[in-house]
Amino acid sequence: MKNRKKLIHNVKRFLPLYIMTLPALLYLLINNYMPMPGLVLAFKSFNAQKGIYGSPWAGFKNFAFLIQSREFPIILRNTILYNVSFILLDLFFGVLLAILITEIRRLRARKLAQSLVLFPFVVSIIIVSYMVRSFIDHESGLLNHLLMNLGSGSIQFYSKSQYWPFILIFVHLWKSIGYGCIIYISTILGIDRSLLESAALDGASWFQRLRYITIPFLKPTMITLSLLSVGRICNSDFGLFYQVPQNSGLVMDVTNTIDTFVYRALLTQNNVAMSAAAGFFQSVVGFTFILVFNGITRKISSENSLF
Amino acid sequence: MVRSKEDKIVERIAYIVMILVGIIIVVPFIVLFVSSITDEAVLLKEGYSLIPKKLSMQAYSYIWKSKDTILRAYIITIVITFVGTTINVLITTMIAYPLSLSYLPGRKILSFVVLFTMLFSGGLVPTYMNYTTVLGIKNTYLALLLPNLMFGAVNCIIVRTYFQGNIPVELYESARIDGASEFRIFSSIVLPLGKPILVTIAIFAGLGYWNDWMNGLYYVTDQRMYSIQQLLNVMIQNIQFLTQYGQSGGENLPSISLRMAIAFVAMLPIIVLYPFLQKYFEAGITLGAVKG
Repeated sequence: MKNRKKLIHNVKRFLPLYIMTLPALLYLLINNYMPMPGLVLAFKSFNAQKGIYGSPWAGFKNFAFLIQSREFPIILRNTILYNVSFILLDLFFGVLLAILITEIRRLRARKLAQSLVLFPFVVSIIIVSYMVRSFIDHESGLLNHLLMNLGSGSIQFYSKSQYWPFILIFVHLWKSIGYGCIIYISTILGIDRSLLESAALDGASWFQRLRYITIPFLKPTMITLSLLSVGRICNSDFGLFYQVPQNSGLVMDVTNTIDTFVYRALLTQNNVAMSAAAGFFQSVVGFTFILVFNGITRKISSENSLF
Repeated sequence: MVRSKEDKIVERIAYIVMILVGIIIVVPFIVLFVSSITDEAVLLKEGYSLIPKKLSMQAYSYIWKSKDTILRAYIITIVITFVGTTINVLITTMIAYPLSLSYLPGRKILSFVVLFTMLFSGGLVPTYMNYTTVLGIKNTYLALLLPNLMFGAVNCIIVRTYFQGNIPVELYESARIDGASEFRIFSSIVLPLGKPILVTIAIFAGLGYWNDWMNGLYYVTDQRMYSIQQLLNVMIQNIQFLTQYGQSGGENLPSISLRMAIAFVAMLPIIVLYPFLQKYFEAGITLGAVKG
């Protein structure tokens, strides 16, 4: 009797709270949970009339096709190598710029520098790819004009793959460096000023203060941000790799990643089997990576881990 | 702080480097704007440049006249951004508030349901199939609205943490004693006191909607539903898109300067609002970095 009363009381008390969670949960159901079982598509031979679950099983056939395809080693290599270079360069330039920006004493100048570095982050990648084109367009690009004025011929960037690793890395840094930089700046500004002051009074040079105070303070942030990126090593920035080379087939050997491959296979080549297999690989390997590297993050600094 | 000669040298180096970095960041924006106001014939002949050789507002007057295409896409983008951002903020805070109450039974399970979506995803293929075959959103405005409604769980966690740290539980308790319902508490305590964090997630949601072109690419082929970013995307591949679409005056369409002008107009609200919202935006990044 007492229990029942308590139950009714609890339902009355908590029901409105549960109701509040419903719109978000419904959305997660539609957007995130409903697609998950669809991953079995990777083991089916897809028939549009029968749908995902009605199509006949195909075992590992789709994966065999994928692994034997010419593209698979390429997209795997590109995805991982670009991610590794992004992680290292984001770390290096992000910390470097943050250190330099926090050296600027005039508040307004520092704020201006901060705003500038972050601004490209909020611009859409489509517009960025228009900007890139205005520099490297074969006929009218600024860079090509400069090359022609210097006496050498213009370069057909959109059909020469050797330039694209540099272009993509540069565009990535240009657009995204501000993100990490802002985080490092807030960490540096959080360092107790008196610590730096007394070190300076004791005769520590700028480099010594950097090495023994600033860098050790930044270390947990550096490790966390990098580990989180390693956890996402199977994912790539679709916009960067699809838009910036303007979908040019001639440079695809160095611009195709798992994400652009999955998109093209699904929506332009209608090769559902290949696309589902590559997508499955990305989801499952990505999940493993996130679990492992989040586990490492938690060991190092538990408040920075995802869970 | 006592500043040595060395410190002053470092500061000088910092200024020099930041001026160089600033130039690298700003120049592409200038080129984009300048080519939007340059005469099309000059652009075709001499290419892009930093200084307009011959001014022309042709591209902008074309945009102004293009009620059925460019302006339409612009208005669609504005409406979708407003509606989407509002719904996003509302459903995010509505789940974040219960999750912030430590005594709510089942809170751990609910948090896990939210968090798990950050770790595992079906990926493009099943998501695409789900939206097109099960929910049938292809070529509807829902396609622009639904797929990036909540941007995953990161926002939920940020908002929940903010509520826990910034709204004292005693406020809720005394409101309850006064007979306020949970919905009442939500609207008159949680929303007003959570304003800074709501502005922050609204900026991220709004920016996501404004810059979104992928959902258009995946789900929209009907040209009447193009958003401004999708229009730009289509025009990369197909510069004559607007003439094919039956826009009059296609003969002397200023194609290059027009593309740049559309890009500039698409960027304009961000440029205008950025100085005012930057503070919240940076706060969001530092909060979000820790969780996601």
